[in-house]
Amino acid sequence: MAQPDPTNDQRKAWMSLLAKAPAADLARLWAGYDAAPAFTWLRPPEIGMVMVRGRAGAIGAAFNLGEMSVTRCSLKLASGEVGHAYVQGRDTAKAQNAAVIDALMQTEAAPRLRTAVLMPLQAGLAAAADARAGKAAATKVEFFTMVRGENA
Amino acid sequence: MYVAVKGGERAIDNAHAWLAEERRGDPDVAALDIAQIREQLALAVNRVMAEGSLYDPDLAALAIKQARGDLIEAIFLIRAYRTTLPRLGLSHPIDTGAMAIDRRISATFKDVPGGQVLGPTFDYTHRLLDFALAAEGLEPPAVAEAPVAPDAVPHVAEFLDREGLIQAEVASDATPPDLTREPLNLPAGRALRLQALTRGDEGFVLGMAYSTQRGYGRNHPFVGELRIGAVAVELDIPELGFAVEIGEVTVTECETVNQFVGSKTEPPQFTRGYGLVFGQTERKAISMALVDRALRWEELGEDNVGAPAQDQEFVLYHADNIQATGFLEHIKLPHYVDFQSELELIRKLRREAAVARPEAAE
Repeated sequence: MAQPDPTNDQRKAWMSLLAKAPAADLARLWAGYDAAPAFTWLRPPEIGMVMVRGRAGAIGAAFNLGEMSVTRCSLKLASGEVGHAYVQGRDTAKAQNAAVIDALMQTEAAPRLRTAVLMPLQAGLAAAADARAGKAAATKVEFFTMVRGENA
Repeated sequence: MYVAVKGGERAIDNAHAWLAEERRGDPDVAALDIAQIREQLALAVNRVMAEGSLYDPDLAALAIKQARGDLIEAIFLIRAYRTTLPRLGLSHPIDTGAMAIDRRISATFKDVPGGQVLGPTFDYTHRLLDFALAAEGLEPPAVAEAPVAPDAVPHVAEFLDREGLIQAEVASDATPPDLTREPLNLPAGRALRLQALTRGDEGFVLGMAYSTQRGYGRNHPFVGELRIGAVAVELDIPELGFAVEIGEVTVTECETVNQFVGSKTEPPQFTRGYGLVFGQTERKAISMALVDRALRWEELGEDNVGAPAQDQEFVLYHADNIQATGFLEHIKLPHYVDFQSELELIRKLRREAAVARPEAAE
């Protein structure tokens, strides 16, 4: 069931961010936010796998590449909002944090949570990606073909 | 045929306790922890994830520690563990065109858009032992960073594709067959072959690929592109009805550009081989692409020259190191009854031969 508000695109973006963020950063920022909303489990954290697929020739028909470990959970806040998490790895605490934040992002706490948790997470991921891309860029080469002796 | 035996429990327990002690090694030497293996033996971790068919660096590191560095044993542990986990879904096919590039090289175009990016490679090292690594407390050198060009890094094959110079790939989202769920039946389509190759033994796939280069089913490969980096994994969330990125995997992708085929109706075109493997695993990815291309002989209208790498039964049934090691190593288990019957048979034959021999001499 798609939720009408907030829009799916926004929710997709924060759920993706929560899934990809390092667990330690998420735990630290969530602890700093200092909230402990009451909730009940709809589905307590469950560790499983997702089959990752590729495409033949990068753009062709799908094939099964191999699985990755994933933890999922769903919960309902006392105020009624439902939060879901599907996060890579086997960290049930991370999945719980992600699901609670997903639920709270549907409440009036959203702007404050975005500033306190989501934006720093996004900045951290972007900085790590930029640093890596910068290192890769420093290894960019220009190859010059040499004239071989017999052709000279 | 091996038979069940009873007894020996105490000997087995003692053997396993000694195994644990040997695994630990000299207690005066600090014990390895999982994070050290994950971070510092990352390419071993990558191989275990690729052939274990489970992307989880911590689990692969644990398996390597438990297996005392025997990577096939570690892969066995991962394969066994993954059978205990439920499957929560199937991802969208990953978009390697959107990869966060660590490394990207082309052996076919010098001035490729997006550039040649070496990344953290062993290439151009001198393969001289670095005794500095044996010294403690040495920090690695500072790593340079350069401004990142905002350009996209398109696949090299796209340039050939645009001119119609390379055989087209037909996009399809049809659910591919899965050899971890159904037995491998032959003939296997390309999707199944790619799955078998990506989880196949690196040494076996390398050997098969090398055989094609040496002339057993030669297919003249160029590495059109090799790229390594992180890609997002997107999963449809059933509760929500839309897809979410649930994480990232690092993969190595190799696209080969191979000798062309043509016919009366089709002008000559290059063909493709494809390798895609979990982790930074470029030897495996290049090997996979060469073997993929060799196995495509029939769909590309080529002759079967009888090369081992063209024989899908040979390649696919022998690529899996866990199947292979299971069957190979089972012969060390008790075969007492089997052997007793062989022993009796040979004694009987020898008795008969001894009786027959004097008659034959006459």
